[in-house]
Amino acid sequence: MSALALAAAGSAGAQDSADPIKLTLHDWTGQLITTQLMGKILQKAGNNVEYVQADYLAQFAGLETGDLDVAMEMWETTGREAMDAATATGKVENFGPTGMKAKEEWWYPEYMKEKCPGLPNWEALKDPACAEAFSTAETAPKGRYLGGPVTWGGFDDERVEALDLPFEVIHAGTDAALFAELESAYQRQAPIMLWIYAPHWAPAKYKGEWVEFPEYTPECYNDPAWGSNPDMAYDCGKPFGEIWKVGWAGVKDKWPGAYEAIKAFTIDNDEMGQMITEVDLNGKTVEEVTDAWIAANEGRWKPWIGQ
Amino acid sequence: MADATAIPGPRGLPRWAGWGLVLLPCAALWLWGAPAAPWAFDWPKGWTIPAARWITAFTRWLLNDATFGLFTFQELTRFVAGVIDAPYRIVLSLLSTGFLRGEGSTAVEITPPLSWVAVIVSFALLGLWAGGRGLALLVAACFLFIAVFGQWQSAMVTLASILVAVPLGVAGGMALGVLAWRHLWFSRAIRPVLDLMQTIPVFAYLVPILFLFGFGPTAAVVATLIYAMPPMTRVTELALHRVPPELSDLGRMVGCTRRQMLWRVMVPSAREALMVGVNQVIMLSLNMVIIASMIGAGGLGFDVLAALRRLDFGAGLEAGFAIVALAVALDRLSQAVAVRGRGAPLRGGPLARHPYLVASLVTIAAAAAIGFVIPWVQSYPQAWQLSTGTFWSRVVEWINVNFFDTLEAVKNFFLLNLLVPFKRFLAGLPWLGVAALLAFAGWRSGGWRLGLLIAALVTLIAATGQWEKAMITVYLCGISVAIAMLIGLPIGVLAANSDRLWSWVRVIIDTLQTLPSFVYLMPAVMLFRVGDFTAMIAIVAFAVAPAIRYTVLGLKGVDPRLIEAGRAMGCSEAQILTRIRLKLALPEILLGLNQTIMFALSMLVITALVGTRDLGQEVYIALTKADPGRGLVAGLAVAFIAIVADRLIHAGAQAARGRLGLGGSST
Repeated sequence: MSALALAAAGSAGAQDSADPIKLTLHDWTGQLITTQLMGKILQKAGNNVEYVQADYLAQFAGLETGDLDVAMEMWETTGREAMDAATATGKVENFGPTGMKAKEEWWYPEYMKEKCPGLPNWEALKDPACAEAFSTAETAPKGRYLGGPVTWGGFDDERVEALDLPFEVIHAGTDAALFAELESAYQRQAPIMLWIYAPHWAPAKYKGEWVEFPEYTPECYNDPAWGSNPDMAYDCGKPFGEIWKVGWAGVKDKWPGAYEAIKAFTIDNDEMGQMITEVDLNGKTVEEVTDAWIAANEGRWKPWIGQ
Repeated sequence: MADATAIPGPRGLPRWAGWGLVLLPCAALWLWGAPAAPWAFDWPKGWTIPAARWITAFTRWLLNDATFGLFTFQELTRFVAGVIDAPYRIVLSLLSTGFLRGEGSTAVEITPPLSWVAVIVSFALLGLWAGGRGLALLVAACFLFIAVFGQWQSAMVTLASILVAVPLGVAGGMALGVLAWRHLWFSRAIRPVLDLMQTIPVFAYLVPILFLFGFGPTAAVVATLIYAMPPMTRVTELALHRVPPELSDLGRMVGCTRRQMLWRVMVPSAREALMVGVNQVIMLSLNMVIIASMIGAGGLGFDVLAALRRLDFGAGLEAGFAIVALAVALDRLSQAVAVRGRGAPLRGGPLARHPYLVASLVTIAAAAAIGFVIPWVQSYPQAWQLSTGTFWSRVVEWINVNFFDTLEAVKNFFLLNLLVPFKRFLAGLPWLGVAALLAFAGWRSGGWRLGLLIAALVTLIAATGQWEKAMITVYLCGISVAIAMLIGLPIGVLAANSDRLWSWVRVIIDTLQTLPSFVYLMPAVMLFRVGDFTAMIAIVAFAVAPAIRYTVLGLKGVDPRLIEAGRAMGCSEAQILTRIRLKLALPEILLGLNQTIMFALSMLVITALVGTRDLGQEVYIALTKADPGRGLVAGLAVAFIAIVADRLIHAGAQAARGRLGLGGSST
């Protein structure tokens, strides 16, 4: 907290440029909420703010040239490579963690527990009857696991091999497709096993659980000897990851006050999960939800902007 | 190609003998060649041309170091971006944001944007001027639909970028087309460039464009121009060549200068054909709305994406149909302007001479003035908005719950009996055999140059390590095109006979062409799961439009005297159709096949979103890794496939023209 206070003392909105700080908006609710919260806090500090719609990965082109200034959610689990490439140029800076942790893992709806009683322990999946319960005509007798888009990585093909799971990995092309399949299966109470991440509205809307794999450690991914399979890496679950704030490296000099505020901004998974649910399932607008948070949490955000 | 007619087979042998000579070794290679010549199946890793690395290095150089002495390449492109940005800002202010002082959240509004009433009335007046009362009503209804379904704000943002992109695309395309018409060398030089512009998926060059033109609506407009301009250039060149020589002779006799000749004689007489180009520019620009929204253009495309990520099908459909409404309004307006004859000029003062313009300006001023007092005149009130709410989601749910098993059975039947075997067959083909076979086909139909070109392109695909993905691409697009033609041809035949049916079919295919495929892709995923079958549905839905359109165009163009002659000779209706009409319409139908293939290939990037493993996916992966080289290499492979298909069909169509005596070249 003392570092925060120091940072806050050094920031005064007055010396910031009057140009608008461009914050990027992507196409998922959580990110819209995070960005609007940040924007509203910066406005309270007297900064000029502009929201720009941009693609999650294509935005790095804009962040490097300073056409865009701040991206509020860059997930360790999906954006790492692009983020590393961008920060390596020296034109993009990592503004630190948002405080939210990305959780990603194999997930199944609760009603599947009847057909595969050993869950959520991953070893239940090795039972052929259990795998068959998750199968479709194309994959039978193997189970079908719907993985994320190829671009997300995730090492699921390797995981299936390392843990010797009787499953076939099918890659969805985009996360909209992922959730469309889940919605479809859930409506019919049909079997499905897929990649779900949080914070997201899906775990709030659908009842279900994450499979419990051996817990991730860096050695598991790097050292084949680790874990149950002595010859292969990836014999464990997926890592938890930070969600980072990144932006144009010039922000520090152009808007020093805002820079400190952005670095100081944090929020946690539970708060975010609640807000996402309010918007996506209870029909409130992002505007209403973020206003409510700003009103309820003055004590938290005021120090970020030195008030 | 110089020689339009088919090259006759070697002397003394029947035509099929040549085919046999090539087919037999290819089949032998395919069946037994794998152990002896594995390199003919999989291009050896060591020989792979590192084109991706070269291109990446080149773009890095272009972005960071390229310079013309006084300014760098990037400064030049940024200047161009500024030139495009200025009109865009004005139109956007007028339609959506209002004129502001300052930027961002501290900006102060000087004047509000045009009120929705004023925009609707102005477009309706434009319709009245161009096409009469029916058109005015249609245009007003389209815009009212947008307002009623709460899409006004987003639609105006999209409309602003279209209103900037379309005139630029039309002007630029026409300029290039005129140059190509005047100079044969330019025409030859630009044709491959146009092919590449139209067939390389946008995602492949998105990253360099973002760096060069800056992130935001301007880059989106540039990307839209690259994609939407080529048809205008092609149509311009073609249309100017088609102007009857009597007219140009007349122009010369009355002593026209070169410029007068072009603008007073050639362009007016080619006007109808030119408007086909304008129509295509509008349609293709609206196609880009989704991709443009990914790079900061916002508008309706963003609404579609955001809605589908929430699985809110109703909201996605509403935003999608708002795009269709815009497309229909703009398209019908441009068509009407094209056919509108120049009536006698009205006499009187400036007020009386421009009644529509005056009425429009009066409405705008009055609406602005009243808008200050009565807010609903300025912006459409939320309380009047309609929404389908959860209706569409519930429809999909109902189908899903009740019919999923039936649909699954149908899908599995197709997959197991058609898709998978065809995929296996193509994947097992040796690149060497395919290259030889296609090159031979090119030589037979278009001469040795075409043969060489095709051989080179096919080999290049293999040499850059794209063969396997290219074959998956060919499999997916090939099946989809076949199905699209099977659906499109009969519908086209029926629609050509009945104007009433045609007017309905036209609405449907315009919708299919402009409705973002994302809107129906996600419900399709719910019903058919991710994978090739869902991708195929999306491709067929999009590619069936040109199959129908060109079939109708061809059949309607058949000389009625020939049909009469057929009747007089006692042909039955079926004979007239198969022996006369379809035969004579063959060149247009082949052109339709060509366009169907192009449309199918352009859907590849979208189908990557439902988990295909083809070149589209490769382009998409490259985008997410910000690797311009990898993306462009995959994009070029798509373009090569398109060019091979295009050239073969083109040569075939010319040969058909020659046989039917319809006159020579179409280029």
